[in-house]
Amino acid sequence: MWRFIGIRLLQAIPVILVVITVTFFLVRVAPGGPFSAEKAVLPEVKAALEAQYRLDLPLFQQYVAYLGDLAQGEFGPSFKYPGRSVNELIGAGLPVTAELGLYALLVAVVIGGIAGVIAALKPNTAQDYIPMTAAMIGICMPSFLLGPLLVLVFGIYLDWLPVSGWGDIPGDKILPAITLGSAYAAYIARLSRAGMLEVMSQDYIRTARAKGLPEWQVVVKHGLRGGLIPVVAFLGPAFAGLLAGSFVVETIFQIPGLGRFYVQAAFNRDYTMILGTTVFLSTLIVLFNLLSDILAAWMNPRLRAQFGEN
Amino acid sequence: MTTEIITDIAEAEQGSSLWHDAWLRLRKNRLALAGGIILVAFSIIALLTPWIAPYAYDAQNLDLGATPPSAQHWLGTDIFGRDLLTQIMYGGRVSLAVGLIATSVALLIGVTWGAVAGYVGGKVDAVMMRLVDIMYALPFMIFIVLLMVVFGRNILLLFLAIGAVEWLTMARIMRSQVQQLRQQEFVEAAISLGLPPGTIIRRHLIPNALGPIIVYTTLTIPSVMLLEAFLSFLGLGIQPPQTSWGLLISYGAETMEEFPWLLIFPGLALTITLFSLNFLGDGLRDALDVRRSKD
Repeated sequence: MWRFIGIRLLQAIPVILVVITVTFFLVRVAPGGPFSAEKAVLPEVKAALEAQYRLDLPLFQQYVAYLGDLAQGEFGPSFKYPGRSVNELIGAGLPVTAELGLYALLVAVVIGGIAGVIAALKPNTAQDYIPMTAAMIGICMPSFLLGPLLVLVFGIYLDWLPVSGWGDIPGDKILPAITLGSAYAAYIARLSRAGMLEVMSQDYIRTARAKGLPEWQVVVKHGLRGGLIPVVAFLGPAFAGLLAGSFVVETIFQIPGLGRFYVQAAFNRDYTMILGTTVFLSTLIVLFNLLSDILAAWMNPRLRAQFGEN
Repeated sequence: MTTEIITDIAEAEQGSSLWHDAWLRLRKNRLALAGGIILVAFSIIALLTPWIAPYAYDAQNLDLGATPPSAQHWLGTDIFGRDLLTQIMYGGRVSLAVGLIATSVALLIGVTWGAVAGYVGGKVDAVMMRLVDIMYALPFMIFIVLLMVVFGRNILLLFLAIGAVEWLTMARIMRSQVQQLRQQEFVEAAISLGLPPGTIIRRHLIPNALGPIIVYTTLTIPSVMLLEAFLSFLGLGIQPPQTSWGLLISYGAETMEEFPWLLIFPGLALTITLFSLNFLGDGLRDALDVRRSKD
């Protein structure tokens, strides 16, 4: 197991380096310098600004210096808002986005998992078709459509829930969490259905039944562990998707999270901000992929055996 | 009597073909068939839009403003008095074009990459597939946002960027197909006849791997269209004066309180298309028997 974790860790490092390098040079070769939009500034001011953002150094030295900053956990300043840094915005936005993501993931895993398992227990009956058709709708209904529709129905017509905000009014976290989580609930429903179908036809399930265990124990104790491996492996990619989804959901519901900051930085062409946030988010995604791989491997005895654990 | 037997034989002979079998199976899957018909209809409408759209694309009527669906404007009008049906038809052209073109880019790169890696094998294969693994781990959604910011919101770049993201899975599928096919006798025969590798890949390997390629292509188009709509919704994709379903949804969401039809109809157009593509893709997968050997 440790060997597996070690190998995966070693694979993650070049990925993160590639992300940093590509992002850095992409942002630097962007047409139009960061100050080109400003009115003509005095040469001295320009020189001072360039020195402050290290633009006076050769490109490669800028890159090395930036790597040094990153190693110390400094993601860089903001071009547009002097005095604000990427670190501050991450500090302000990350807890919000993390909370939103957590709720969305809960929605996804609980609803999706239950729907998938229920469908798998009676394949090709109404009990299978109804949740799976709902899942198909969930996959085809993008969050930027579902969000406004939910707001329209539950926020405006029925007036049950607040239409925007985060933590201001009770209940304002419900709609964003459902909007962000529903597509993943749908994917997880399909994955857990397929996983359970495969597991439930295995010999050890037949053994469990032959021992005379009640059906719910067979499903919960013996079926779920194997059947949910694909779901756990999906959590890493789902995390990346949730982050991207948070761009949209935080914009729709006006939530002050990382996703909204990122979109705003993109609009403002705040280059250092985009660079810092991209590096931060990408590293986070790579780490989550790693975690979900390790978790899935730990749950899968065959993979554990392959890496020589006794 | 004799004619019946003859047709039976003819049918039996035809029935031996993979494509015919697949068609028979697909025909039984009502949802997939409905999806296919809807897609054909939407494509024809998109192609003919400039001639059949009820109003001109840039026709507006500021005195009229936003009106709900009526006899003159079947799906209503937006705040500039533009006919929504016309907007959706033109937007559909862009959305469908992005879906097709970006998927073709992905298809071209993915199939070539996977075929070469699978055919050559050895170290070349290892390096090529490690690259794919690394790229898989890259957070591409964030990269596309970055690309759109850095190089401006350019529709051609959008095609390329989305295509460049979606080819990875295609490469993996193609590689595993080619690896299996390579051990088959007809490929060995082709090699021993001295055919150049390029010809073997084009003439023998790709046509035999067509089933999975088609299935995966049908399933890639919706995810590409979703990506375009996502970017356009954020204001980072298609820019006015052009329009797309994602952009129309984003306008609709702004004014949905007063004019809900502006959100609902473009949303329906996108959802129905994605639904159809997914059902058709699933149906094709079952019909062409892809992955059944593994299950």
